[in-house]
Amino acid sequence: MKILVPVKRVVDHKVNVRVRADGSGVETGNVKMSMNPFDEIAVEEAVRMREAGTCDELVVVSIGPKQAEDTLRTALALGADKAILIESDERVEPLAVAKLLKELAAREAPDLVLLGKQAIDDDAAQTGPMLSALLDWPISSFAAKIEAKDDALEVIEEADNGREVVTLPLPAIVTVDLQLNQPRNVSLPSVIKAKQKPLERLAAADFGVDLAPRLEILATRAPDPRPEGKRVGSVDELLAALRSHAGLLEGEAR
Amino acid sequence: MSVLVLGHHNGSALSPATASVVAAARKIGADIDVLLVGHNLTSIASEAAQLAGARKVLLAESADLAEARATDISDIMFAIADPYSTFLSAANALGKSAMPRLAAKLDVQQITEITAILGPDTFERPIYAGNAIETVKTGQIRNVITVRTTSFEAAAKGGEAVIEHLSPLPSTGAVKLLRTERDESDRPKLDEARIVVSGGVSLGSAAEFERLVYPLADKLSAAVGASRAAVDEGFVPNECQVGQTGKVVAPELYIACGISGAIQHVAGMRGAKVIVAINSDPEAPIVKLADYALVADLFEAVPELTEKL
Amino acid sequence: MADRESMQVDVVVVGAGPAGLSAAIRLKQNALKSGNDVSIVVLEKAAEIGGHILSGAVIDPVGLNELVPDWQQKGAPLATQVTSDRFRYFTSSRAFDFPTPLLPKLFSNHGCYIASLGDLCRWLGDEAEALGVDVFPGFAATELLVDDMNVVKGVVTGDMGRDRNGEETSGFTPGMELHARYTLIAEGARGSLAKKAIARYRLDREADPQKFGLGIKEIWQVAPENHREGHVEHILGWPLDDATGGGGFVYHAAGNQVIVGHVTHLNYTNPHLSPFDEFQRFKTHPEMRKLLEGGQRIAFGARAMTSGGWQSVPELAFPGGALIGCSAGFMNLPRIKGSHTAILSGMRTADLFSAALLDGRGNDVIEDAKNKVLAGALHDELHPVRNAKPLLSSFGTIAGTVLTGIDLWLQQLLKFSPFGTMHHKHADNDTLHLARNSTEILYPKPDGVLTFDRASSVYLANIGHDENQPVHLKLADASVPIRHNLPQYDEPARFYCPAGVYEVVKDASGMPSFRINAANCVHCKTCDIKDPAQNITWTPPEGGSGPNYRGM
Repeated sequence: MKILVPVKRVVDHKVNVRVRADGSGVETGNVKMSMNPFDEIAVEEAVRMREAGTCDELVVVSIGPKQAEDTLRTALALGADKAILIESDERVEPLAVAKLLKELAAREAPDLVLLGKQAIDDDAAQTGPMLSALLDWPISSFAAKIEAKDDALEVIEEADNGREVVTLPLPAIVTVDLQLNQPRNVSLPSVIKAKQKPLERLAAADFGVDLAPRLEILATRAPDPRPEGKRVGSVDELLAALRSHAGLLEGEAR
Repeated sequence: MSVLVLGHHNGSALSPATASVVAAARKIGADIDVLLVGHNLTSIASEAAQLAGARKVLLAESADLAEARATDISDIMFAIADPYSTFLSAANALGKSAMPRLAAKLDVQQITEITAILGPDTFERPIYAGNAIETVKTGQIRNVITVRTTSFEAAAKGGEAVIEHLSPLPSTGAVKLLRTERDESDRPKLDEARIVVSGGVSLGSAAEFERLVYPLADKLSAAVGASRAAVDEGFVPNECQVGQTGKVVAPELYIACGISGAIQHVAGMRGAKVIVAINSDPEAPIVKLADYALVADLFEAVPELTEKL
Repeated sequence: MADRESMQVDVVVVGAGPAGLSAAIRLKQNALKSGNDVSIVVLEKAAEIGGHILSGAVIDPVGLNELVPDWQQKGAPLATQVTSDRFRYFTSSRAFDFPTPLLPKLFSNHGCYIASLGDLCRWLGDEAEALGVDVFPGFAATELLVDDMNVVKGVVTGDMGRDRNGEETSGFTPGMELHARYTLIAEGARGSLAKKAIARYRLDREADPQKFGLGIKEIWQVAPENHREGHVEHILGWPLDDATGGGGFVYHAAGNQVIVGHVTHLNYTNPHLSPFDEFQRFKTHPEMRKLLEGGQRIAFGARAMTSGGWQSVPELAFPGGALIGCSAGFMNLPRIKGSHTAILSGMRTADLFSAALLDGRGNDVIEDAKNKVLAGALHDELHPVRNAKPLLSSFGTIAGTVLTGIDLWLQQLLKFSPFGTMHHKHADNDTLHLARNSTEILYPKPDGVLTFDRASSVYLANIGHDENQPVHLKLADASVPIRHNLPQYDEPARFYCPAGVYEVVKDASGMPSFRINAANCVHCKTCDIKDPAQNITWTPPEGGSGPNYRGM
């Protein structure tokens, strides 16, 4: 099968993000960027399927600025065959991302679109399900395990009340969760080889998709600072403090 | 402005998340209907009908729908979407799977996991795992919104909504449930629990984690969490991990035992209303973050706390 | 080791700092001129170029002018020119200005730029890649490949995916061998491979011991009314006592940002001294308080720098390569500037190696490299100031500074130094007094506004470090910290480490043990330098580990 993995370039998860003093957003101009960790898990899973022979072509795509090429090179070093950059310097909302991916899916004809459950910057968690609605393909969300069975997939999902095992026919969309795998370390030889792999550049504006944002971001602020904490000297003092909050300790079993 | 709320339940009882979503719905519009999808919903429906502010409870009920997938649920919502301008769900796994599908079908840009409602079209939502709060304003006539339920007080009881059955129901889609692996414990779920007791790598071993953290959690009917390092060490399974790359929790009370408070962990629990740190290291970042910090030997203080509760 | 892949290149450069990138760029420029195709790989242990770079920095553009003459058109990130300059002395409550006319002209920062050396390196990295250099961030060179003839044949990158016991995990990825005709070591001050090369080839046999300082830096967003873009201050005195070398700096960069930093020379004698806390205290001086009050700290970092200067520069060339930049030590101490000299040393060395490559040579010794590199601009930069550090060490900060001033004036006017060339007597690990002969120092508790503790500071260094890997701070003898250092020196590691890596913890029975929090490490190398037992060896952890500095 052919797998398409969309990957997003985001502020590295190790970076302590800082809200700009003027409230215009989070400082991204001067910070380390890397691949959204959930997308990295999706790439890793696809590479494993590629290595196991289940997948015969693995294409990665990123929608974003020119620098997203670095993210795509990382995906190529992880083991993708080919990369596509859909270039846009503007903020692209998930709905527009899903529409661009729908057009790309029509061109690339993948059997499976595998993607992270959410990006760790906007935490929107929308692209996968939206793409599923637009393509009218079945979706399995929050995959903890994926197994290919003929023309179908069996997926263990992280659901609200435990884990659920579902089956869905191809072509399909699967969003991946943290437990699915541990992405490999990128080796230097693979980085060197990735430099030779094909990377195609397209312009988002050429897709005929309405890219205009629907939501206006009025302001971004830092979370409310926590009130000054208190040092307690003993377990008794701690208990007294907790009991001063009405109802706090009335644990109720559900 | 009529609102359709997706009701959440586990097959036998209404999820408390639903009451919080209804409360959020009341801040956005009137004429709030709650949709329940499943099978044998009578008692769940009567629970939902008591939620203050609900106008109708809509039942999509059939044997097939006992195992309804998010895809089926979003299809049902789309089928009855016409009269509604706002669609709300909890931002749990079901809401996160179903609602963006509905939004895409309606050609609407969804607003994910709001934590405050500043006006009918203006919301606050956390980004970067809660390290920043964004105020968004929608220019859309119809909106699809998911709600962080811990940010909203649950709607009171005492409502008298009308219960209506929907028909005909669309046929279910291509995704089929094969089996369910339910959580065996009756412990609350980490991201819904009122109280979370978390353990860190200083506990030293899975056995010590078991000996110290679980009894305290039992005593408080709390969920059990862990730092990434403790998960990496294999003290507890992955799903216990609290942090930027694990679960983001916002309980009433968060008790961190032997957790240093690495950035990535703090990102997952800074939304807790009261944070307690029990740590032997007075310099640990969590000691400074905590509302109440007890600098003491973990192996003595935690059992003592458990005993005195 | 059979499963390591290998690659042959002409030159491998270890470290994408100013020296390494300048050397790589110069090698390519020379190759283009001579029509000689030269393959160059630069390895960088940080996750991205500039991620481990930390410098003041007021940058003298002389090096860049020579390397990329059209840097201004090409948009190098040197935007804020120095517009005003002050040289001050602090007492605990007051500040005095050194009269400008008395300062020798090299103290002037006229024509220099307030900039981030990390940002400049990122830009140099783009320049290098545009010329065809392969720069690989996220990969640390951990070993020199040395053949049977004792010749360096390249380097090995570190394994990834070993657990803390050194066992291979499922994510194990072996390192790669980079075979090179020449290996240039550009790791900055106290580089781990440089240390091995210096020892193996006894490169320092005719040099004085290298001297170091620990620089700690913060970036503050300050109130606009306190900000004067382009203003530069260097400050001696409080909180350091007169016998302890070092000083503070304040650079007003663009965007209401002020760079605040402090250097403590690592030949200090009191084992209880904590450079981190000295810096925190420095910020509580009334003058500093005025500047920073109402501001917000947005970045933190620390890095050791060399300060031995002219007398401490070792032999540069070894069989198969050379040391460049601060791996050898080209810091101009009184100017506290070393990035332009790093660039110049990279270029001069590259010129020697370009010629050798063109002659078809490889894996041999470049003759007379030190004299050739230290001629011209680097001589004029470093030779006149050679006595500054020994004068400070011998006479203290006030008298030493005055004598340095006199020495520099005499050399400027009469080309003559009354002191000749003074020497560094001790290595920095050799200067501590016993704890019982030293006063304990009680530093004020951090207020969380102006002053901070180590943990919240390290938080702002954005460290990424997988805990499940072997501890990269190696103890030759694990018992030394408690058995030797603790009774004799009160285990100074916990005081000199600016990142809280080292702790002495007591168990229930009161038995002390030595704990290493390797994941806190900001890669400053101070432990490797200052440990009185020379028992700690700093080695590179997995590539991509460590701080993720931006704008530092």
